[in-house]
Amino acid sequence: MSGATGTYLGMPPFPRAAKDAVRDATLRANLRHATHTIRDKRAAAVAELPDWPELRAAGAAIKDRTLRHLDHYLVQLEERVTAAGGVVHWAADAAEANRIVTALVKETGEREVIKVKSMATQEIGLNEALAKAGIRANETDLAELIVQLGDDLPSHILVPAIHRNRGEIRDIFARNMARWGRAAPETLTDAPAELAEAARLHLREKFLRAKVGISGANFMVAETGTLVVVESEGNGRMCLTLPETLISVVGIEKVVPSWQDLEVFLQTLPRSSTAERMNPYTSMWTGTTDGDGPRVFHLVLLDNGRTDTLADEVGRQALRCIRCSACLNVCPVYERAGGHAYGSAYPGPIGAILTPQLRGTAGELDASLPYASSLCGACYEVCPVAIDIPEVLVHLRERVVQGGPVTVRGTRTRIRPAKGHAAERAALRAATWALDRPGAMRAGQRLAGRSRRLLPRRSLPGPGRAWTASRDLPAVPAEPFRDWWQRRTRGEDGR
Amino acid sequence: MRVALFLTCVNDTLYPATGRAVVTLLERLGVEVDFPVEQSCCGQPQFNTGYRHASEPLVRRYARAFEGYDHIVVPSGSCAAMVRDNYPRIGRKAAAEGRGGELAGLAESVVPRTVELTEFLVDVLGVTDVGAYYPHRVTYHPTCHGLRMLGLGERPRRLLEAVRGLELVELPGAQECCGFGGTFAVKNAAVSAAMGADKARAVMATGASAVCTVDNSCQMHIGGTLSRLGSTVRPVHIAEILASTEEVPFR
Ligand code: SF4
Repeated sequence: MSGATGTYLGMPPFPRAAKDAVRDATLRANLRHATHTIRDKRAAAVAELPDWPELRAAGAAIKDRTLRHLDHYLVQLEERVTAAGGVVHWAADAAEANRIVTALVKETGEREVIKVKSMATQEIGLNEALAKAGIRANETDLAELIVQLGDDLPSHILVPAIHRNRGEIRDIFARNMARWGRAAPETLTDAPAELAEAARLHLREKFLRAKVGISGANFMVAETGTLVVVESEGNGRMCLTLPETLISVVGIEKVVPSWQDLEVFLQTLPRSSTAERMNPYTSMWTGTTDGDGPRVFHLVLLDNGRTDTLADEVGRQALRCIRCSACLNVCPVYERAGGHAYGSAYPGPIGAILTPQLRGTAGELDASLPYASSLCGACYEVCPVAIDIPEVLVHLRERVVQGGPVTVRGTRTRIRPAKGHAAERAALRAATWALDRPGAMRAGQRLAGRSRRLLPRRSLPGPGRAWTASRDLPAVPAEPFRDWWQRRTRGEDGR
Repeated sequence: MRVALFLTCVNDTLYPATGRAVVTLLERLGVEVDFPVEQSCCGQPQFNTGYRHASEPLVRRYARAFEGYDHIVVPSGSCAAMVRDNYPRIGRKAAAEGRGGELAGLAESVVPRTVELTEFLVDVLGVTDVGAYYPHRVTYHPTCHGLRMLGLGERPRRLLEAVRGLELVELPGAQECCGFGGTFAVKNAAVSAAMGADKARAVMATGASAVCTVDNSCQMHIGGTLSRLGSTVRPVHIAEILASTEEVPFR
């Protein structure tokens, strides 16, 4: 096993993957239980704050202002990190970031690293890249550990093993822990305390041995060059303080101008993600400090499609995301399809708008993501930085079926409509044609009315089968409303 | 006060009873309502599927059909939300594409005049007791666009609570989407069906004889699923309940 060896590459488009997930009764039960529990807790934690709408608006405003002047704040950040003893690297894409990190680890001569849970390193597939170079990356977040030991893929931003239940976790620990360090006790049951203890003992060895730590960051404060990691277990803090070398890979949109801005996010993030009033472990560091923590600190600033996303006026709001995962927990589609169907490190509603922007819409899976939503708007309602996810979804649907202007590696171009939508395009254009001609619309209504007894209600042919597979059709009425209306009006007029 | 009914293409074609109910109800409340026959569809299916340009002729048609009316009453949360939320977006994008301010201007003229039926009753007419009688056990499902885009809040409930004979029963998980979602229902049929089945079972568990919404397109999905599951619970649009009186039960 080479870390999270799984890869999202080559996955089928969303509807196909989701269809399989929907049939998996265990998965659905696990997800339903987990998402509903955290959903309700979040609602209660948020309801405690009378100024939640203001905090939400402030979070959005801070992010928007920062993104507008991103160049300025990033340069300021680089100056401050450098002044504090850190080394800053700029990575245009995943491959470059992986090259930089791999080279840095190799320089230390180490063959293994410990990792703080990080979305950016998932996004770029860092563990796989390190494995190719013969370096083992050990995940230390409990849920990431479960995923890694199970040779599995994360399916949630915050709780990567949300698709697993206690029994499954016990089996994974019992089977695989020994291969990578201290084995699980023979007597291990699925009691949460026993599972946590087994993980603690297994991880402790890795913490004490490691010379190199790798992290992401939730925030980077430009005014002082300080990085912030927000976590609940304390395992992250171990990785941030024990090793001699610390390498942090962080998306460029994670910068905030000042410490004062953290005041907002350190209220909204914990309540939105884990429903905690205050985050349990908030680690902050500025460069290096003699005699305290890592002696070498590298910051790898990751673009990987973010600047291109920023160029899009509607889509750029996705860059406000603070990865709280509230939108996943409340999403009825995520709840049934599970995280893997989204085919990237970012599942759920945020993944459906972020992945097609970071990776583009050329791939079949990526082009299917903007459609992985009923547009119910529950995600927008809970998002602590007010990302109008439905608006971006529709905007990206348009990009998929109509094509249009996009920015690719800094260059403005026009993309052509994705393949496979010709029939749909023709149908919707024909619908507009008919709907824009009430005479034609009425002829259609009357035809349906006359032949209504011939229309099947349970088994439509062709594309209609997708409807009638689970739903009956309504009975077609004898006459449309407009016929009734005109008869009535004429009658009253005495004509 | 000139009031027009924008019935929506789905109601016109498949649910004319809802249209008749709105007319009956409004006339009973002393409102003279017109149905401009030039109307057709708000363009939501095109827009939400990504064919924004194909929805533009329908924006123009809507603006033309309802010119001169003070209120455009829509018995559909999602079509009202299409006009109010998305027409301005269509206008902005057209302007950004260098096609001038025509669509933005049309959006600006229709948005403030477009109201969903329960908003019209509660906010414009200022009534919650419309004098209806409907002796049935009813559960209410707040459809997503009415709930979140329009912010209908308690309006539909207040109207239903004032209906004589009606027993309103709580729907568990009421705010969860039923899974319709327009073309989502066929593009992601498996997930849509799973959501629909969960909603239908929640409805059946209430013991209600009817499920009420402000949106017949969602009803088509909920009702179609209920009927497939062998349930006798009837999908009913809120207008049909509010139109019903002791003297003239609706239908
Ligand atoms: S999009 Fe909003 S709700 Fe979803 S993870 Fe990001 S910040 Fe949280």
